[in-house]
Amino acid sequence: MVSIFITAFIVGGLICVVGQLLFDVAKLTPAHTLCILVVAGSVLDGLGLYEPLIDFAGAGATIPITSFGNALTHGAMAEAEKHGLIGVVTGMFEVTSSGISSAILFGFIASVIFKSKGKV
Amino acid sequence: MDEKKYAKLEKEISPKRPLMRNIIFAFLTGGTICLVGQFVSLFYMTYFDFTQQTASNPTVATMIFFAMLLTGFGLYKKIAQFGGAGSAVPITGFGNAVISAAIEHKTEGYVLGVGGNMFKLAGSVILFGVFSAFIVALIKTILVKFGVVSW
Repeated sequence: MVSIFITAFIVGGLICVVGQLLFDVAKLTPAHTLCILVVAGSVLDGLGLYEPLIDFAGAGATIPITSFGNALTHGAMAEAEKHGLIGVVTGMFEVTSSGISSAILFGFIASVIFKSKGKV
Repeated sequence: MDEKKYAKLEKEISPKRPLMRNIIFAFLTGGTICLVGQFVSLFYMTYFDFTQQTASNPTVATMIFFAMLLTGFGLYKKIAQFGGAGSAVPITGFGNAVISAAIEHKTEGYVLGVGGNMFKLAGSVILFGVFSAFIVALIKTILVKFGVVSW
């Protein structure tokens, strides 16, 4: 039980280090970096490697943005398994709905509650 | 001054990014956010009927809720200053991008300001996420059809 907390910290930290290297060494903008990580997560899931990583590191694998790509691919493939090619489109947001919907919801609530103090 | 000289001068004058320090701070910040996430998913696994795999959905929503509070009170900006990629890469960074854009454009009204600008920064992540997921799932479906791999 304790070990998953340690692996979560280390794996999550390492994924962020990859992001920092893309910032500083490859001189990419944050937007480019996040796009690369999302695509990486999606490809890793296609190869069947992301699921074992979640079992190993828990939130260390599900909290970084790579898990967003993984969840999109996962939903698309699960639906494709059942319904064939059309499932690729219909299943896309099946797993990752919470990320997008909570971002929209809390974004709107925040805009109602909080006042802009310059760039936040 | 020609362009080459200017670029050289700019390179000399601009402060060097302390790479090692940035990496350590990114590791610690990102690791801490994931550690908090692990506690949240433990909560969902203990008190609700979730497994390690399915707990990620409610955990992500909760983390974005935390990001809303931190962004609203102007604290996420401070974490980002020393955390670098450690604060941008976790899902809270995605939440922060959406939420800060929403708050920032509030003055332009809810429809044109908040609605129109909310995904200004995060939109590219969704676009490339969806597109790559489409390609990957398409390739896998075709490979399964031809019997190269199985699900």
